[in-house]
Amino acid sequence: MSVASVESDLDNLTLTVIADFDAPVEAVWELWADPQKLGLWWGPPNYSTTFEPYEMSVGAEMAHVFAGPNGEAEHGVWRIEAVDPPRSLELSDADVDDDGKPNDDFALTGIAMELSETDGGTRMTVRSMFFSRDGMEAMAEGFAEGLRLSLSRMDALLAEPASSAS
Amino acid sequence: MVTYNQMVVGSEESKTDDAFHALADPTRRDILRRAGGDAPSVSRLADAYPMSFAAVQKHVAVLERAGLVTKRRRGREQLVEAAPEGLADARRALEDLEEIWRGRVERMSELLAPDSEQDERKP
Repeated sequence: MSVASVESDLDNLTLTVIADFDAPVEAVWELWADPQKLGLWWGPPNYSTTFEPYEMSVGAEMAHVFAGPNGEAEHGVWRIEAVDPPRSLELSDADVDDDGKPNDDFALTGIAMELSETDGGTRMTVRSMFFSRDGMEAMAEGFAEGLRLSLSRMDALLAEPASSAS
Repeated sequence: MVTYNQMVVGSEESKTDDAFHALADPTRRDILRRAGGDAPSVSRLADAYPMSFAAVQKHVAVLERAGLVTKRRRGREQLVEAAPEGLADARRALEDLEEIWRGRVERMSELLAPDSEQDERKP
């Protein structure tokens, strides 16, 4: 139940976090798939984080709000880019304005999460990628390719035989 | 203190976004590396890439806007110099993100602990 490694790659603007949990893959997946549970760990401790109900399907949006200790509220929307329960999830993260509409020139981060079974537990690998919307459109092709590449690199990292869970 | 990038407002954030956008391009990263050496002129940079002078100038302008390089005139030449503070901003943002993830993993572990079968945590 700890962070196994953190790798920061300034060239590719990527942070890779690998964490091991003493819990089955399905339980860790639930922390992402259940809006109520996600709200309990995603936001900062002094904020109350609420996710609206969402479906785990490609193209679905996950709207959330951080309510601060002084009554301030910050809105965010994620878009599900790829999902393979209970193994992997890819999200893009957008800034939104006060009406909850995505800003046109928002900064964007991408998140690619993957779970694998370990001896008696679960390994979670999360890659966070920074890019601006401009950058993304300019390399529209490169984006999907980049995610595919990052996933195959994850596969390599998690190259353990996947035994099927009950 | 909140370090979440979604919650940083104003020019600080757009500066960091500019830096990430600027760094997201391999040519610009290469220009930045060269500019970290001996302050090449824009025309010398243009010789190094299979693209027009104007295209290279555009890349330099993106880097300049992001605070990653500065331009200095010497005679008829424009020299491009790396500005380390800009890069430090990008690095700091990654460090902030690392801190955020360490906190998240800790909270996930707590939620997964067998003796805390709670569905909701009291504030």
